[in-house]
Amino acid sequence: MTTWHIILIASAATLALKLAGHLVPAGFLERERPARIADLLTVALLAALIAVQTLAVGSSIVIDARVPAVIVAAALYALRVPFVVVVIAAAAVAAGIRAFS
Amino acid sequence: MNELSDAPEPGADPSSRRPGADTDADAELADETGRAGGGAPDTAVRDGLAVGLATAVYGISFGALAVAAGLDVWQTCFLSLVMFTGGSQFALVGVLASGGVAAGGSAIATAAMLGIRNVVYGMRMKPIVEGSPADGARTSVWRRVAAAWVTIDESTAVALAQSNDRAARVGFWVTGIVIFVGWNLTTLAGALIGDAMGDTRAWGLDAAAAAAFLGLLWPRLKRVQAGAVAVGAAIIATITTPVLMPGLPVLVAAVVAVVVGWFDLFHRRSES
Repeated sequence: MTTWHIILIASAATLALKLAGHLVPAGFLERERPARIADLLTVALLAALIAVQTLAVGSSIVIDARVPAVIVAAALYALRVPFVVVVIAAAAVAAGIRAFS
Repeated sequence: MNELSDAPEPGADPSSRRPGADTDADAELADETGRAGGGAPDTAVRDGLAVGLATAVYGISFGALAVAAGLDVWQTCFLSLVMFTGGSQFALVGVLASGGVAAGGSAIATAAMLGIRNVVYGMRMKPIVEGSPADGARTSVWRRVAAAWVTIDESTAVALAQSNDRAARVGFWVTGIVIFVGWNLTTLAGALIGDAMGDTRAWGLDAAAAAAFLGLLWPRLKRVQAGAVAVGAAIIATITTPVLMPGLPVLVAAVVAVVVGWFDLFHRRSES
């Protein structure tokens, strides 16, 4: 599988899901339990991605400059600082720590 | 200035405002529409522009991160044009950044599972896009496809925040189109910047990716149940990282959502 294959298959899948919502008659996902699982799925995947992106290097867990950067990001989101500013601040914290250590 | 323009912020969770899901959501909806006071189409245009422009800007971070993950500029732009759903796009390049092409299957599965919420949004937006039968005009296939294409968190959130169907339709299209154009332009800009950066780790782009995911998650953590799922999924992803192939820990963590969602565990609203 090349990078292009991955991109094409994933794009086709996400686009098909969007079309399904508009073209297929409402039914299964309108019910409470499937709708709730669909919501929580997003939460679980994003939280898992945060953990991996912050702590993993390949298959090992490494505590490094990313951890303080994410803590700073959480504090800034709590203060309702806009997304782009927070992302840049997190990068700056990690880059700063790496430059001076 | 009404307060709506900051209500559906980027990454906002429109599904939590779904009417009829439970009484909490109903109260929330009533609260939002009450604050909107009116719901004229020009208010919808203003909301759409405000949310759309704010969201479009962070295409820069996507573009830079995608290039840092090893995609070229064309691949990066293709994702923003065709996939066009931020969470899935960030997830795909995040998994590829950690596991490379070997983690392709996990990358596809993660992106697709994050796209499932768009099915729910599509079902909510369908009647709004179609309008009432009294309008006479049949909704063409092309219009439906275009509507599906721009059905994302933000366009759905702005539409649901309006108090009548006409304003909702205007808000949906304005938000969707502004973000589509802006997101693709900023993706290209970000990809070119990322290309020029060289050693992206020295610039802290790996931490920026984590912060980006946190930004997408943040507005969804209003309920205790969501918070519990987030903590559980993060722990499972962390402890399975040393024993599973890169990419798989994220998928395994998704089981938390299925278990908690199926049995409706931790169902209590936080004091916010």
